[in-house]
Amino acid sequence: MVDVLEKAGGNPGRSGHSLSISAARVLYDTREDIAQLFHASDPLRVIFTGNATHAINTALHGLLKPGDTVIASSMEHNAVMRPLRHLEERGEIHLRVAPCTPDGRPDLNAFAGMLDGKIRLVVIIHASNVIGTILPIAEMSHLAHQAGALVMVDAAQSAGVLPIDMQTMGIDLLAFTGHKGLQGPPGTGGLIIGGSVDTSQIESILQGGTGSRSESEHQPEDLPDKYESGTPNLAGIAGLQAGIRWLMKRGIESIRAHEQELNRTLIEGLSVMHGVRVYGTLDPNKSIAIVSITIAGKRVSEVCFRLDKEFGILCRVGLHCAPSAHRTMGTFPEGTVRLALGVFTTKEDILKTVQALEKIARS
Amino acid sequence: MTDYGIILFHTTSAAMRAEKVLSREGFPIKLIPVPRELSSDCGVSLRFDWNQQEQVRLVLDKAKVEIAGIHPYSEE
Repeated sequence: MVDVLEKAGGNPGRSGHSLSISAARVLYDTREDIAQLFHASDPLRVIFTGNATHAINTALHGLLKPGDTVIASSMEHNAVMRPLRHLEERGEIHLRVAPCTPDGRPDLNAFAGMLDGKIRLVVIIHASNVIGTILPIAEMSHLAHQAGALVMVDAAQSAGVLPIDMQTMGIDLLAFTGHKGLQGPPGTGGLIIGGSVDTSQIESILQGGTGSRSESEHQPEDLPDKYESGTPNLAGIAGLQAGIRWLMKRGIESIRAHEQELNRTLIEGLSVMHGVRVYGTLDPNKSIAIVSITIAGKRVSEVCFRLDKEFGILCRVGLHCAPSAHRTMGTFPEGTVRLALGVFTTKEDILKTVQALEKIARS
Repeated sequence: MTDYGIILFHTTSAAMRAEKVLSREGFPIKLIPVPRELSSDCGVSLRFDWNQQEQVRLVLDKAKVEIAGIHPYSEE
């Protein structure tokens, strides 16, 4: 990131000087890396955004028209639920929520029953940010496509930790953030638009300078420019590229295996602990390495505070911006203690965490 | 005498893609600022060997690179 600011700090697309060209190369190369990682149809359909929320809003506000009906799973994050509720409150769309079991698995029969041919879009979180449960994207997108709906997947938690293939999984719109599994900096993310999606149907939510077709006062249709007005976060995207190249070298399969192993150890340690309740599938093959717990008789905030103060272990408590998911789990409004593991978490970290929670549960 | 050709693009991303695919195929090309007698506001144009015009067009067509124009060009 420092390198790109020092050596390629030009504004891409605004000039032909060497620094502007270097900057444009960084952006284009990163689009190619991202397209390769997610098996996207075209690097020019990789739209950079500030985060997954921005990507999801770009798709929802751009695509949905008055009268459209949308289905979202009950495990969605507020990045999806709030823009959808906003559009619903304005009377623009109808929203149906597809039910899931308390461990986060969608009821596919109920989902199929909701697909009545009037659905414009189905929004599915790939892996829950609260309990890690992986949703069956390929099966759900197959059903959705049979009913003529488009499918958007929120991959904020899964990008970089689970293999994602837009073609085989039937993903029309993929939203991701850079700062989690992709190992990039905060303030980076993107929306990938599938090859079969007609972008004339998705309006831009921001209009402005793109460096292209400047003779016109109207937003261009060219991709990615249509959805990328304004100066991009060049340094952030360079950092994202470094993160993605690192993880492609390390291999998603290897990262997944590492996290699964740690997740298994953590779940095994916690599920035998007196007074501790572990939410979710309890199966590391069916979830990413996120574990939600509560401890009988302890407030979640107290558990988090003691983990940090006494043991230096950081977690997040409460509702995790996902009230719908917590209602599905039966943990609303108190929430849970969430332990999220990553590629740099070690077995020793897990054993220390289990010991720490044992002490907290006992006292 | 015309030595070079210049390709103009609507977007910088298209110029980047053109550079990539043509370099990969071994064409002696270079991204340069748009010559002042031509006009394209993305700022970047691609200079190529005018004798290879047909092959260059074929490669760009195949890679679905959208171009805004191709012009003969001599460097002073």
